[in-house]
Order: sequence, then C-alpha cells, then structure tokens
Amino acid sequence: MTDKQPSVVLAKLIERFGDDIVATHSDFGDDTARVNRERIVEICTFLRDDPDLLFDFAMDLTGVDYLGEEPRFEVVYHLYSLEKKHRVRIKARVPEEDPVIDSVIPVWVGMDWFEREAYDMYGILFRDHPNLKRILMYEAFEGHPLRKDYPKARRQPTVGVEE
Amino acid sequence: MAVNHAKDGAPGFLTTRFEALLAWGRKYSIWPFTFATACCGIEVMGAFGTHYDIARFGAEVIRFSPRQADMLLVAGTVNYKMAPVLVRIYEQMLEPKWVVAMGACASSGGFYNNYSVAQGIDKFMPVDIYIPGCPPIPEQIIDSIVLIQKMIDSGGSRARDRWPIKI
Repeated sequence: MTDKQPSVVLAKLIERFGDDIVATHSDFGDDTARVNRERIVEICTFLRDDPDLLFDFAMDLTGVDYLGEEPRFEVVYHLYSLEKKHRVRIKARVPEEDPVIDSVIPVWVGMDWFEREAYDMYGILFRDHPNLKRILMYEAFEGHPLRKDYPKARRQPTVGVEE
Repeated sequence: MAVNHAKDGAPGFLTTRFEALLAWGRKYSIWPFTFATACCGIEVMGAFGTHYDIARFGAEVIRFSPRQADMLLVAGTVNYKMAPVLVRIYEQMLEPKWVVAMGACASSGGFYNNYSVAQGIDKFMPVDIYIPGCPPIPEQIIDSIVLIQKMIDSGGSRARDRWPIKI
C-alpha cells in the first residue's frame, strides 16, 4: 500500500502541513492521516474550508486507548464532505500524562457532545471546550470506564439511592 | 368467604372477614405501572394488548402516575444513572405495593455485566416477583399477576416486609 499515490485529500494535507502529518495510508480505500495534535484546529479548519476538500460534515469523534503504547491515547475524527462525497479519518495521538488536545468546536459546532463523550469515557481533555463535563455517566462517577485499565468488575456506589 | 345461596334465587347474605373482602377486591383490581426501558417493554405491550389481554385478570388499568398504581412492573435494563429515578418512582407509590422485576436485566443485570448497568434492581428496592427470560413471554407477565393475586389472597408477606435484606 505504501507505493500507491496518496489520494487528493491526503496529498493536499501533506502539501499544506508537511511534517505535521505524521503518517498517512489509504488501506481498503479509507484515507487516513495521523497528525500532530498541536495543529489539529488548523488542520480541521483547512479541511473544512479548502475548495477541493470542503469537509462540512463532522460525522464522529472518538477516543482509542492503546494501553502500553506511547503516546497512549488517540483521538479519531471521521469527516465527510456532502459536497465532494469523500471521507477522511484524522487521528491524533495524545500522551497519558498530558491528555490534552484543542477542541474543534470552533470548526464544527456539532463536535461538542462527541468531545464530551471522549472525555467521559477516556479522560481526554479538550482545551477551550465550553462545557467539558460528563455526558453519559453521572457526575459522581469516578474514573473513565472505557480505559483499558479500568477494572472490569469495578462497581461504584449508586448515587441518590440509600442501599 | 362463605356465601349463602337461597334456593329460590332470593338475595342471600354473605359472611366474611373485612380483610378477606378487601383482599378479594384488591386482587382483581391491581393497577400496574410499567417502567419499560428496553425490549421487555414490547412484551408488556403484547400482554396488555387484545391477544393476551391482561384485563381478564383485572389488571388492565395502566396508570401513568405511580401515585395511583399498585404494582410496579420494571421491564428492561436499569443502569446506575437510572436507579435513583426508579427508586423515586417506587417511593411515590402508595401502600400496599408490589414490585415485579421482569426479564434477566431487571432481575440480575442480564448479560450487561459492566460498569454502567445495575446488577438487578433488588440491590436498591424490594422485589416480590422475578420473571426469567430475555425477554419473557406475555404469559409470564400474566403468571406474575396471578402470583400476586395469590399473595394478596393468602395474606402472604411481601418483599417490602423483609426489606432491607441483611446478609
């Protein structure tokens, strides 16, 4: 797969951001780029506004926990262009000791709840998010349940119920 | 209850204890409140529909306020975030009240053995009847009502009388 020409989307990304695009591949026809987390907002703004790309639909944002790897966490952005009918996946690694990445709400306002979900489940912090609090679990819940080191059998006291 | 029938069809009289008369009235007018959170709720609808018609057992008056209900039918998965809501509903019901945990999830958490799902509603409220199944069939809901009727009839103790369970 490495000797293939990168697709239009990936080629434009590499041309514009150079070394901040850490790696790319188009395995199984899925354009994917691993990027430097420091420039995520710039990259996303470019993807949205470039006349050849026009990624106007932020389909999903999620986290991944690669326990044992360094950096440990990854934030994955799934983007689609309603205009151009093409997709791209943007991935950014985030280290455990500083799990912070800039919020992309200024680019796509719909990423609000996805970022809250990633925070709730993985503890990834989104800088400048206007309302970064838990979305699925209750406020008193401790820890982040989709982290690979969250004990499978751990049960937390039921809040608001006298047991 | 003993009923004296006059042979000519004239009105007779009946002797009973007040408790027995009350129980007789109560057992044919169980008003259920359904707390349906998952697929079990669909089976509840089937049980209340025309085919199984739970009205035959006097339990067709579904209440949408817990304050008017006698029987809490918990149908579906209850997670920890929902538990305080369920307990609040239970506490709003007037005595006497019965609780039915319908299906594997409400009874034990079912196959959701994870961080978010309560491992059975009996962790935080007394349960009188457990219905096994995933989801159970409507006959089992009817069976639970008949069992509650028997409990009322015999004056059997309710789970609430034994609550909280100390192990």
